[in-house]
Amino acid sequence: MYVLGVSLLSLARFQFAMTTVFHFFFVPFSIGMALLTAIMETIYVVKHEEIYKKMAKFWGKIFLLSFAVGVVTGIIQEFQFGMNWSDYSRFMGDIFGAPLAIEALLAFFLESVFIGVWMFTWDRFKPAIHALFIWLVTIGSSVSALWILTANSFMQNPVAYRIANGRAEMSSFAGLLKNPQLWVEFPHVIFGAFTTAAFALAGMSAWRLLKKKNREFYHKSLRVGLWVGLVGAILTVGVGDLQTQMIVKDQPMKFAATEGIYKDTDSPAPWTVVEKIDPKTHKTTWKVEVPKMLSLLTYHRTTGSVKGMETINKELQEKYADKLGTDMNYYVPPRTLFWSFRIMAGSGAFFILVAALGLWFSRAKKNTLQNKRWLLYVLGLCLWLPFIANTCGWFITELGRFPWIVYGLFTIADAVSPNVTAGQLWMSNSLYFLIFTLLGATMIYFSHRTLVAGPDALDQSDGYGTTVDPLSKGAFSHD
Amino acid sequence: MTNLQLLWFFLIGLLFSVFFFLEGFDYGVGMSLRLIAHNEDERGQLIQAIGPHWDGNEVWLITAGGAMFASFPFWYASLFSGFYVVLFFILFALILRGVSFEFRSHAISKGGKQLWGWALTIGSLCAPFLLGVMFTDLVKGMPLDASGNISGSVGDFINLFSIVGGVAVTLLCLLHGLNLIRLKLSGALKQRAQALAKVLYPVLFVGLVVFAGLLLWETDFFVKRPISSWTILILIVLFSVIATYGTYKDKDVLSFIFSGLTLMGVVALLFNGLFPRVMVGNNAANSILIKNATSTEYTLGVMTIVAVILVPIVLAYTIWSYVIFNRRVPAKKVVNDK
Repeated sequence: MYVLGVSLLSLARFQFAMTTVFHFFFVPFSIGMALLTAIMETIYVVKHEEIYKKMAKFWGKIFLLSFAVGVVTGIIQEFQFGMNWSDYSRFMGDIFGAPLAIEALLAFFLESVFIGVWMFTWDRFKPAIHALFIWLVTIGSSVSALWILTANSFMQNPVAYRIANGRAEMSSFAGLLKNPQLWVEFPHVIFGAFTTAAFALAGMSAWRLLKKKNREFYHKSLRVGLWVGLVGAILTVGVGDLQTQMIVKDQPMKFAATEGIYKDTDSPAPWTVVEKIDPKTHKTTWKVEVPKMLSLLTYHRTTGSVKGMETINKELQEKYADKLGTDMNYYVPPRTLFWSFRIMAGSGAFFILVAALGLWFSRAKKNTLQNKRWLLYVLGLCLWLPFIANTCGWFITELGRFPWIVYGLFTIADAVSPNVTAGQLWMSNSLYFLIFTLLGATMIYFSHRTLVAGPDALDQSDGYGTTVDPLSKGAFSHD
Repeated sequence: MTNLQLLWFFLIGLLFSVFFFLEGFDYGVGMSLRLIAHNEDERGQLIQAIGPHWDGNEVWLITAGGAMFASFPFWYASLFSGFYVVLFFILFALILRGVSFEFRSHAISKGGKQLWGWALTIGSLCAPFLLGVMFTDLVKGMPLDASGNISGSVGDFINLFSIVGGVAVTLLCLLHGLNLIRLKLSGALKQRAQALAKVLYPVLFVGLVVFAGLLLWETDFFVKRPISSWTILILIVLFSVIATYGTYKDKDVLSFIFSGLTLMGVVALLFNGLFPRVMVGNNAANSILIKNATSTEYTLGVMTIVAVILVPIVLAYTIWSYVIFNRRVPAKKVVNDK
């Protein structure tokens, strides 16, 4: 069914992409900010230096803004499987539901309850106990990623199930958790989240250092950010490499598309840095290649050829002939995947380099960072780069699975709600777009203002804008 | 129907009940921002009464949704896709009010505070109203086809019964919120909350009578399950009477507990009437039954073990968080801090 030239399925897919991409600006940022805030407060507990308490409070404010937007856009995620993908929910419910419910019970309650406690109890508990609250928030938000990725990993690589009664049924809960895909996907996402917030925080600090404001405060913040960013980026890239090994085996089409390979390569295979891809003629031009590199990246040795999309398409047509017929096309959007992969992986390498440079030039013995304005500008731009890299990562993961919603078992076309009309989807798409624009702009505006006001403005108001202690019953009285 | 299926139907009902008990007063406080507060300072005080808790309270809805997906995927799929537009606006309301807490605290100008205060009020008004509409439609029965999909016209969603249901739930939440304000605040705001509750309780009783009448007329609850339906209905009225008594006699805790129990009673009434179905079809043959909507026994078993371990822990720290915020702190400790 087409309305205004767009099919119902495309509208539903666009909406899912829009809501998840927007949600995932705030998820990794919040997870990582919780960790950074917890680290800062822990340093305060250990060293008793007031500045670290100030840092925890200050960055905690920006964390709370992001957390709020993350929570409200997260509710959409849980509801939209039923709302927009009802046949998917029927097919996957027996498997997807349990991790989702556990996520709520184990993670959402923990982070939501303790974030409320943390916000309002700075002077009511011993510093070490108070720091424990933000660690519980960090654990809660990190654990939530584990459970939701358990479901996503099943969709990438179904395990521990049987097909019965027209749906996928769980045959072993432990098997679901033992999915090898999960144990590369989860670390990749969680380290990516730490890296995201680390560079966002370092970037914000760099902008303030350029303005020469609150130097000690932002210098110390920057260094916490860069240390977490360096370790996080190395781990993210490392686990990403392991993930690639798995994708080559399990989802060869996805891999071939990220490398822009139509025809099988020679052995050893050269790695294409950039190329121009024509998806119609399958021609690739303007190639810049590094010899042997693809064999090295793919198999960790200097020989071995990589299958091209044309071969894989034929293989998949044979493999799924009884399900989808022999003339089904399994090509995924090659240009999107090719460039997404380069932006994502390139960012990862860039982060490691920038973090190392930043840490070196800001070291305690010889701190010359303040004079290196070029580096501060580069760090300032790194505030935005992780969000682009994360989005690219999800484009590869989700678009690269086409035509499947659950790999090899269930197609995207079969998954969409049959009774939601294109008109309703136009309405929800437009309104989501409007409110996301509003939320994103407000969030950036308030974060920017908090940043400009600086840590010295902290004491001017409490959580909800008045200056009474919210904890005492007497605080609400007028007498 | 197996024991596990029965247990999870009960648990879904319980999750929604607890959600309405807890988030109900959050909605009520949100609405009362425009009813009993006279300036932004007072609005700030009202919001502080729920500040540390609203987020945790909302997780009960998320858990109910997740548990429904897990234990009754066919129910979740039919309900959520069938009520697409209603749920979309519920989400919209929840988004608006969810961010308004944080955004309002960051707003400096009076206009900014008012803007996000309005967002909180409108969101807190629309969410319970639309939830009431949806649950009323759910028990009234919808045009379900044989594969469990609803394709209704506007009148199937918005009709006298569902509007009355929506208004009743909204009013119950508002009263519950006013009762919480009486519990948490003192001075003028408390007095105004009590004065408003005194006016609204008589309105509520009229609303309850109309709602019960429509329930009798529009559903088969009192035919199919007369004893339990009548019992719960009488309990709901009784709870409201006790809450009203507490309102007139300055018994704040009593009012609060019983306005919460009233909300739980309404959920119980609807779930009791729904049983053994999960979706009521206009054509009875298409109604979806518990036994057909469920996950496998294995999955339900896994979920049961998880719930048995985790729910007590969640309850323990949730209650603890309420306890620590209920304590008076000495005035000298008051600092402008966050």
